[in-house]
Amino acid sequence: MTINMGPQHPATHGVLRIVLELDGEVIVKAIPHLGHLHRGVEKLAESKTYHQSIPFTDRLDYTNAMGNNLAYVLAVEKLLGIEVPKRAQYIRVMMAELQRIAAHLIWLGSHALDMGAMTLFFYNFREREQILRMFEEVAGGRLTPTYLRIGGLSKDLPDGIEEKIKAFVQVFPDRVKEYETLLTKNFIWLKRTKGIGILSKENAINWGVTGPTLRGSGVKYDVRKAFPYSSYEQFDFDIPIGSVGDVYDRYIVRLREMEWSNGIVEQVLERLPKGPIIANDPRITLPPKDDVTKDIAPLIRQFKIVSEGFKPPVGEVYASVEASKGELGFYIVSDGSNHPFRFRIRTPSFANLGALPIMIEGGLIADVIASIGSLDIVLGEVDR
Amino acid sequence: MAENNLTINKLKEKFPNSILGEGTFRGESTVTVPKEEIVQICKFLHSDPDLQYHLLTDLCGLDRLPEVPRFEVVYHLCSIKNHQRIRLRVKVGEDEFISSVESIWKSANWYEREAFDLFGILFKNHPDLRRILLWDGFEGHPLRKDYPTQGPDFDKPFVPEV
Repeated sequence: MTINMGPQHPATHGVLRIVLELDGEVIVKAIPHLGHLHRGVEKLAESKTYHQSIPFTDRLDYTNAMGNNLAYVLAVEKLLGIEVPKRAQYIRVMMAELQRIAAHLIWLGSHALDMGAMTLFFYNFREREQILRMFEEVAGGRLTPTYLRIGGLSKDLPDGIEEKIKAFVQVFPDRVKEYETLLTKNFIWLKRTKGIGILSKENAINWGVTGPTLRGSGVKYDVRKAFPYSSYEQFDFDIPIGSVGDVYDRYIVRLREMEWSNGIVEQVLERLPKGPIIANDPRITLPPKDDVTKDIAPLIRQFKIVSEGFKPPVGEVYASVEASKGELGFYIVSDGSNHPFRFRIRTPSFANLGALPIMIEGGLIADVIASIGSLDIVLGEVDR
Repeated sequence: MAENNLTINKLKEKFPNSILGEGTFRGESTVTVPKEEIVQICKFLHSDPDLQYHLLTDLCGLDRLPEVPRFEVVYHLCSIKNHQRIRLRVKVGEDEFISSVESIWKSANWYEREAFDLFGILFKNHPDLRRILLWDGFEGHPLRKDYPTQGPDFDKPFVPEV
């Protein structure tokens, strides 16, 4: 029998369609069909200036907007060869890690909800709401903050936010323990996740899987450690890995990752240096907003950068970050004009979803939901 | 992506006549290779014990119109063991075939389908070369440089065959 799952299915986390060929309740073949959310971002960005493409990146993986901003601005900064001030680098790390916690909380809540554990959803969204409120205070936006700029940040941290973040990171480890009391040793949870959707080490690498899904299979690969960016080498953290590569391992890896992210935020708060938040390169970076309203020269500079953009040298760069789902990379080819010649986004969910068929084929149809949930895909970045 | 001399030296040693060009920009190494030998070169990079490029991070197309040959296929490889990256570039013309690397990295399957979908680059020995992001009735390949960004693209209503 052939079943069509999706595109309108609550457990496919967006608009994913999977055609399942069944023999009884066992899946013989699974064919994902993508593209329902294809918006042509790569084509669109080719006709925009470099600054104008930042908001597109928020909308790729809309649960990890800060991380996406970071990947893009890192690529452009690499292309330009400019150095970002220390304070900006540290705040970027802090925001990316808070965003990782928020993204993992969404995953945990919806994954548990898919499997029938509804309680956790309310707990997770309580903490996520706190993070989004902080983002709103910092950047003005909740889901799509567009906080980062090429060369630095759009604005410095507002007064009093550090205390709020500090208060959050102090209580958060207890919150994770709270989640664990609901799931980690829950008999039903174990039955539904242990030994389900197994992805071996070799298969995971061969299928290009990255992020917590790869680490759940026991591969110690994290872009933050392998190719450090934005001062990550100055913070102490570990990379949790699983052993079997099943749904349960991926669950544990993400829980531990939230704790380590929390630790990184704590370290940033302790060591946050003073100084400028954006590099001062008049051809590239935006002037401080206060000056723009008072002086004519910064106003002209702002106007020129916003309307014309800047012209990076001819060349090509690839920069990637460890986003909440895996390795998010931007490959930008410049022909020396003010817009990119090629704007390629290597999104983690696209590659991770490719491995879905080998995880679910041979398994039961009821476990498809568990496997999809454990991959943590966001169709916004699968389809782009 | 540190400068990657070991990989380039090894490649030169093994394929002395196949390195059409190499360059380093911002510390990233790029090697241009002929399309006939892409599978052998990838196999070597994947299996050599010193290199071990087990992860195909990315594979994408690029349109250099009006240059001839117009397309490029760009491979980003990553060695998890050595923390090294290398970029391979292959030039391929319109209506020409390039061999698929799907037999080496399974992840190439979807990437190559995407390059076919958006650029119309044709891959030989690909198990399932069909559109991935756009629907089956779509005409044209939107990431080509001569594909308009604006225009009456929905003048014909799309009615799927039932």
